[in-house]
Amino acid sequence: MILRLIERTAVFLVSLAVSTVLVFAFMAILPGDPARVALGVNASDQAVAELRRQFGLDRPLPTQYFDWVGGLLRGDLGTSYVSKVAIGPQVFDRLQVTLWLVVAGMIIALLVAAPAGTVMAARHRQVSGLALSAVSQLGVAIPAFLAGILLIVVFAVKLGWLPANGWTPPAQDPAMFLKQLILPALSLGLVQGAVLTRYVRSAVLDVLREDYLRTARAKGLRPFQALWKHGLRNAAVPVVTVLGLQLATLLIGAVVVERVFVIPGLGSLLLDGVSNRDLLLVQDVVMVLVLAVLLVNFLVDVLYVALDPRLRTAS
Amino acid sequence: MKVSIRAVAVAAAAVLALTACSAGSSTSSGSSPGGEQKLSIGLVAEPASLDFTTTDGAAIPQALLGNVYETLVKQDDSGKIVPSLAKSWKVSPDRKTYTFDLVDNAKFTNGKQFTASDAVFSINRVKTAWTISLKSAMDVVSDAKALSPTQLQVTLAKPSNDWLFRMTTRIGAMFSESGVSALATDPVGTGPFKFSKWNRGDSIVLARNDGYWSTKPFFQQITLKYFKDATALNNALLTNTINVVGTVQAPEALSQFTSNSKYQVIEGTTNGEVLLSFNNSRPVFKDLRTRQAIRMAIDHKALLDTCWAGRGKLIGSMVPPTDPWYEDLTGVAPYDLAKAKSLLQASGAAGKTLRLRLPTLPYATSCGQVVKSDLEQAGLKVQIDQLEFPAAWLTTVFKNADYDMSIIAHVEPRDLGAVFGNPKYYTRYDDPTLQADLAAADAGDEATQVADMKKAARRLSEQAAGDWLFLLPNLMVADKDIKGLPTNAITEAFDLSQLSR
Repeated sequence: MILRLIERTAVFLVSLAVSTVLVFAFMAILPGDPARVALGVNASDQAVAELRRQFGLDRPLPTQYFDWVGGLLRGDLGTSYVSKVAIGPQVFDRLQVTLWLVVAGMIIALLVAAPAGTVMAARHRQVSGLALSAVSQLGVAIPAFLAGILLIVVFAVKLGWLPANGWTPPAQDPAMFLKQLILPALSLGLVQGAVLTRYVRSAVLDVLREDYLRTARAKGLRPFQALWKHGLRNAAVPVVTVLGLQLATLLIGAVVVERVFVIPGLGSLLLDGVSNRDLLLVQDVVMVLVLAVLLVNFLVDVLYVALDPRLRTAS
Repeated sequence: MKVSIRAVAVAAAAVLALTACSAGSSTSSGSSPGGEQKLSIGLVAEPASLDFTTTDGAAIPQALLGNVYETLVKQDDSGKIVPSLAKSWKVSPDRKTYTFDLVDNAKFTNGKQFTASDAVFSINRVKTAWTISLKSAMDVVSDAKALSPTQLQVTLAKPSNDWLFRMTTRIGAMFSESGVSALATDPVGTGPFKFSKWNRGDSIVLARNDGYWSTKPFFQQITLKYFKDATALNNALLTNTINVVGTVQAPEALSQFTSNSKYQVIEGTTNGEVLLSFNNSRPVFKDLRTRQAIRMAIDHKALLDTCWAGRGKLIGSMVPPTDPWYEDLTGVAPYDLAKAKSLLQASGAAGKTLRLRLPTLPYATSCGQVVKSDLEQAGLKVQIDQLEFPAAWLTTVFKNADYDMSIIAHVEPRDLGAVFGNPKYYTRYDDPTLQADLAAADAGDEATQVADMKKAARRLSEQAAGDWLFLLPNLMVADKDIKGLPTNAITEAFDLSQLSR
């Protein structure tokens, strides 16, 4: 168990180090000079060179890289090229917004997928199971931004029940916060839920075929009782793994959904950074996203062991 | 940016004055025309910083100029230069010395009185502290001094009509010496509004400046809300999140508002000439016949209908109708496919491939397809490349001039000289006759300026230095009851002080 933890931690740290190099390299080869974008059309070459010097872009790439990573290790994300404001607090503010979205989306996805997937598996030969299967198939096919646009058209523009866009921090106005959260969270959650449903279904189907479940049925438990008491915990293991992987998709989905719903989260910060060639800011935001995904995968690995005692002795 | 229907403005002002009187009688103090009324305006492209002295782009002056910062002189709705912080000014006979009489009751929002020494400080600071390219318009100033707290004298190195005009733009903004420490986050000006709050990624909030020296604005608070996506912007108006769509990004979506009596649609002009630019340094463009052929091969009316829903104006040269030297020059190179074909045969350009490098902007993407199809009918081959805007386009087309043709809207005011008068500019257009006309226009009196600029615009059109596809319209949609919206968008500023309900 401890050996496995050490192994997973090492993998996590090495992945993180490799990704800093990759992220930095991608930024370095991105066309477009940040100084020229900041100064705009007509800027003289001299002014551009001066600004490059101010940004530190005239230094050798390795120096720039180690400066950046050194700053990250100290918790200093640097200062934006464009807004001249410290990046750390901005990323922190925006991350909170995005986390609300991702968490709410994840909850909706689970609320949809767990019961729907279980029912689909338990009734996989019946019409109701097949019908649910078809609906989930449709959900898988719809991208989150399209779901968002459809939800806006129906619930905001036509019915006028919920706002079409905007964001209010929960501390400022909890009722408004919830109203504005519902549609974006739904567009993320429903699509993710549809994907997740199919994993839940196959996980439960696998469990249903296990001997211990047949034993439980033989002891006189009804199908759902048997599943509830003995099956779901085992079915949860592969689902949790998938959930971890899904988080990356969910974060990327949030980037797009934030744009559709005009939400000032990490995604819109990232898009602004890219179009302004605010390279340092983009590097930082991408690293935060990478860190989040790696961290979740790490936790999933740990949780995996906790959920399935058999894996504790495997290594 | 001012209201161009003067009657509306006058009527609105009268109503404002009346309500102000009645409010004044019922409330003890500090009450303004619109009381606590608020307004939200939807715009595109959030500024990256609030400091327009070091960060380029249209978004910052749009929000702050004329609202938070004021200039000595400004442009009225017809494009004329009128007083603002300067009550009046005199030009010496040699046209080199300007003496401004300043208002004596203007105050910065940090409590400091506005005086001539602030004006001297602001003018000098453009040369020393500004980094954006627009600052070069201040190079012609050789000296600025305060004759008294309300009198300012500016001496130019040579006569320049352009200088006074540029003083209406952001470089003419008046700053307080004690208010420039945090321009990017805390702007301090003398304007009718003060900066209140910036919710990054979402909105900028301006509040009425109750200590304003002139007529106070109607609204107590105006929120400028930023959208990246045209659909989201329209939805925000449909669901009452905002009251005004400041710039319509997708003219084809206007029908949902024109058919609804809850909304008003405003259509005017801008300074945004959508230019099909030629790289005049390329051998293929050295031949006048090739350039003319391209202009004649494009059916401009059909192009406007296809790619911008018929909204906009055909101009035929680099001058918008709000400039004093505007003439309709669409007749210089009328659509004539047969003639275009024969000109291309004669110049030997027929069958050649031209690279059309387009920025990823809605009008450029959609118009590029029409241009390609028109030119291919006339016998040219066109290869379209999309370049991400701004970064990739700026480097490839603008800086390195690695292109044959491009499409971009030049939105800066009075930019004929900037785009075609400098052979190093990305159009690479080198024409001594044009340059002489422009220099004469800048040095002469008002009548000379108009006559010479007309000459320059006509020459540009006849020489086919580029092709002017159309002038971007100023399109706005707003709640029906909102008054004082500017019909034309011809300055960098979005004047919020005239708005009322």
